Amino acid sequence: MAEFAYEPEPEPEARLAPGESAREISGRSPWRIAGRRLVRDRIALAALALFLLIVVVSFLAPVYANRIAHTDPFDSHISATTTVDGKEVDVIQQGGGELGLGEVPIGPTWQANYFLGADNQGRDVAARVLYGGRASLAIGIGSAVICCLIALVLALLAGFFRGWLDATLSRVMDLIWAFPVYLLAISIATVLLTTPEGINFGFVQIEASSLWVPTLIIALVYIPYVFRPVRGQVLSVREKGYVDASISQGASNLRLMFAEILPNVISTVIVMLPLMIATTVLTESALSFLSIGVQPPQASWGTVIEDGQGLLYTRPWVAIAPGIMIVLTVLSLNVLGDGVRDALDPRAKVRVKE
Amino acid sequence: MLAFIIRRFAGLVVVLFSITVIVFLLFFATPGIDPSARLAGRNPSPETVAAVKHEFGLDRPLPVRYGLMMKRLFISRDLVSYGNQALKVVPAITSAAPVTFSLVLGAAVLWVVMSIAMGLLAVTFKGTVVDPLLMIVALIGISMPVFWLGEVLNLITQDRLHDTFLFSWVPPLGYTPFTENPWQWFLHLIIPWITLSVLYIGFYARVLRANLLDIQNEDYVRTARAKGLPPRRVLLKHMLRNSMITFVSLFGLDFGFLVGGGALLTEVVFGLPGVGRLTFQALQQLDLPVIMATVIYGAFFISIMSALVDIVYARLDPRIRPS
Repeated sequence: MAEFAYEPEPEPEARLAPGESAREISGRSPWRIAGRRLVRDRIALAALALFLLIVVVSFLAPVYANRIAHTDPFDSHISATTTVDGKEVDVIQQGGGELGLGEVPIGPTWQANYFLGADNQGRDVAARVLYGGRASLAIGIGSAVICCLIALVLALLAGFFRGWLDATLSRVMDLIWAFPVYLLAISIATVLLTTPEGINFGFVQIEASSLWVPTLIIALVYIPYVFRPVRGQVLSVREKGYVDASISQGASNLRLMFAEILPNVISTVIVMLPLMIATTVLTESALSFLSIGVQPPQASWGTVIEDGQGLLYTRPWVAIAPGIMIVLTVLSLNVLGDGVRDALDPRAKVRVKE
Repeated sequence: MLAFIIRRFAGLVVVLFSITVIVFLLFFATPGIDPSARLAGRNPSPETVAAVKHEFGLDRPLPVRYGLMMKRLFISRDLVSYGNQALKVVPAITSAAPVTFSLVLGAAVLWVVMSIAMGLLAVTFKGTVVDPLLMIVALIGISMPVFWLGEVLNLITQDRLHDTFLFSWVPPLGYTPFTENPWQWFLHLIIPWITLSVLYIGFYARVLRANLLDIQNEDYVRTARAKGLPPRRVLLKHMLRNSMITFVSLFGLDFGFLVGGGALLTEVVFGLPGVGRLTFQALQQLDLPVIMATVIYGAFFISIMSALVDIVYARLDPRIRPS
């Protein structure tokens, strides 16, 4: 459900951000100017701080589980008990439902153990949300970075060599583009999940339950969204005088691509990266919600929401808590992305949506 | 213009053909396992596997297999699901499509009206607190996973506040066809429409606002102001109309994307028996014929929509018509 497009200005020349004087940017490198603008953008900095906070807290999940909650969030604790207000209670309560029927996991205790309650296997939801964040963020950041790197290299090759290479790559990208993102991811994931022994590339072996599977799938489906605008930029940068100058000095193709053209198109990719991570985090949660992303017993925000679906009316926190984490993460990345865009290229238009 | 249309459709045919080839190769020629076992679903019996092998001619060369598969999809239309032998795949999709269409159509009306209103309000009140407030709301809308929003709305309207005057009108989850009872159709779809449109309202409002701010210093806008037109007329007749070019092309693509299967998550959360939920149920069974057919349906729909958008766009804006 994601669409992602970035329209860089055709001739990125120095422009003044609102409230900036010409003296502040004259004679400074573009990166210095962008850095200064970003540091002055309080809202973007706050968003960055929030995002980093979520990352740090999520990666401290084992500390929380071992030291604070004293629980193993990957094992079922159906017959376990916990202490609430000095009383010992069952984690899975019999007949706790509204009709006095069935089993209901314990609700939020707002204490160290089972802070947000348990899921229907008696696992600590708070600990699972933190572990889930670790997986979601690793997949989100990992796939966005892999996607941008592959797209960047392909765009450099296509835009630099043009001809049949460009034609082939562009047609392949058009084809990937023609698939609805989720449906393409679903097809690839089903094929991989029905391949019990995993994928064997000969040199690396990836198991079907590995986090690499959703990471690579998500990276693949978004490549055209980065490839297209970057290729366009490479095509125009290639015609610049400084590239001609370098050619006349006998520079090699590699040098032209990576030393002359790359530095002039990399800002496009940098602007896209935060928005890309926001998109991939949302995509990961959707795939995991559909049970084709992160595989059990591992957790991600999407799988915890899926666990909470059956408990929605009795124990709503199981589904609500991971959703709030996703909203905060994606929101902070979107705000940060706006800030980075304004800092690097005050007038370009970026759009991203899930 | 005619040459452009013909060229665009020739390109479309190539894309559609490539889509079927890719999907076919993905499901039938990925190295690693036997496609008959994959087609037969989870834990198939040996008889099923043998039957599948025979039916799809898996002992024949790859191009023949491709031809057989396409014949069953498009000509004889008798591809069956292996999880449920009674389910014919193609009729299942055609009967699910109206549900998806109802969902997307209503949401589209909602998101067009709301996003234009928000975009115009934000530009009109630029410099006051209204503009950033609206944009924060839009940003939050973009940042919510749609399935989570749907669950939270379900929690509120189906359970927590269902017995209050606010939401007692909300019917239980499910779908009533329009032809059966238009009023029930409408009631059942209100909450799903809202859920699906939130993201697009936020997104389109942001795009529209940025676009309006971009063109506010164009010559024709200044001319319109200079000749003394009232600001509202300048905004609606000159600026908004021009922004609509981008808006329309975005809309066409998003609409095609959602009808083509992108509304999957909303359908699943609200139990609407559309194409997306068909895919989801097939996913639970790993029922490959159904998944293959819905993926091809979705990609076809999107490709056709995007060809149409290109043609409409070329009609609206002669500058982009390639000579």
